[in-house]
Amino acid sequence: MKQLTRRALGPLALASSVATFVMGYFITPPDKVQGELARLLYIHPAQAWVALYLSFGAATIASALYLWPRTRSMVADRVAASAVEVSTLFIGLTLLTGSIWGRPTWGVWWVWDARLTSTAVLGVLMLGYLALRRANDDPQVRAKRSAVFAILTAINIPIIHFSVMWWTTLHQGATVFTENRQLKIHGSMAWTLLLSFIAFSLDFAWMVRARYRIADREAGQRDSELDAALKARRTESAS
Amino acid sequence: MRLVLLVAQKDLLIERRSRVLLWQVAPFGLMTLVLCGLAVGPNASTQAKLAPGLFYIVMTLVALLVINRTSQLESSRGTATSVQILGIDPGAVFLGKGLAMFIQLSIVGTALLAGTTVLLHVPLHAAILTLPVLLLATATLSLAGVLYGRIAASSANAGTLLPALALPAFAPVLIAGERAFSSLITSGPLARWVWLLGVALGAYACVGLLLYGALEES
Repeated sequence: MKQLTRRALGPLALASSVATFVMGYFITPPDKVQGELARLLYIHPAQAWVALYLSFGAATIASALYLWPRTRSMVADRVAASAVEVSTLFIGLTLLTGSIWGRPTWGVWWVWDARLTSTAVLGVLMLGYLALRRANDDPQVRAKRSAVFAILTAINIPIIHFSVMWWTTLHQGATVFTENRQLKIHGSMAWTLLLSFIAFSLDFAWMVRARYRIADREAGQRDSELDAALKARRTESAS
Repeated sequence: MRLVLLVAQKDLLIERRSRVLLWQVAPFGLMTLVLCGLAVGPNASTQAKLAPGLFYIVMTLVALLVINRTSQLESSRGTATSVQILGIDPGAVFLGKGLAMFIQLSIVGTALLAGTTVLLHVPLHAAILTLPVLLLATATLSLAGVLYGRIAASSANAGTLLPALALPAFAPVLIAGERAFSSLITSGPLARWVWLLGVALGAYACVGLLLYGALEES
């Protein structure tokens, strides 16, 4: 079952992404107000969901598991690092698609809107996480410090989520639901939006798994190189 | 509580003997304020309008210097091991270092606020009223600073790594502080920014008390 899930993940991610593209580009009608531009909303909110909630949520949980002595393992550390790398990519894509949408809507590529700014700040924090990992050679030190940093960064997530309410700025409010939890979009548009969330979530899972396998093999290679060096030293001192 | 005061006393004693705050950090802050004034131009009303933001940028930069200095003290050979061998509660070390940093930053912050009032033409009543908000922002920066300083300490290129880690995290403090200061000048809403700073302070205190021990182990 595990093997089947592992093998099916890639094709499922690809199929759902293709289906999202076909539905979003060919099947759904243009929006009454935004016209063809609304098609960007089939990728932008889903990318933001992966960047800000799914991948960073996974990184935070994995980091907490690493810090908890009973669940501490390098698997959790590698999952956290892989999720943050994917998160950084998706934050970049979220800002890029947001800018492309913002230019015709607001007239500028960038505005000092709370949600945009907070997302950019989170992106820089993610780059800091990656810099921190490269600044420490000892795997245990690196894992511990990165885990604490990830949890500290998680404090910023609620700030991003509630920033629209705290700062009244340009960014539109909730896209899918009204304040009274009523669905705002209907028909093929609603289904495509839902499919995009599934597709990007599957893409995220596939990318994290691929990155994790690379990290795992890198660690294995380092260990075998170390073993070989120790063996060579022992042979040298014995002869 | 006794341990918290002891750790704070140790850091403040080192500071009193080295006088880094007086001869290096405070002049840096004042010089940056002057440079801000020069960058904005001689128009008094523009300077007064931008003063809250400029003041909090200078405060953030000064905080970085103080954090770097404080984390360097702990990075010296054997210090971390000695603390571990003594079995001092990591939470007390975290709070003690935070308290020492808070006292240092509050002194520099008050001096910089006086400088901002004179150089950038901020109304005196707004500067006086913003002092409690400044102390709250300083406390938040201090607790966050202890954590980020410890994360960056002993890493390769710790001096450049610290700003990369800490500056983005300081952004909400800067925004809240600046908005609160501006609100005091223009009589705008203040409570939400104070609340934001309070939430950030509480969050950093909780995370620090829980996780500083893990950082000490590393």
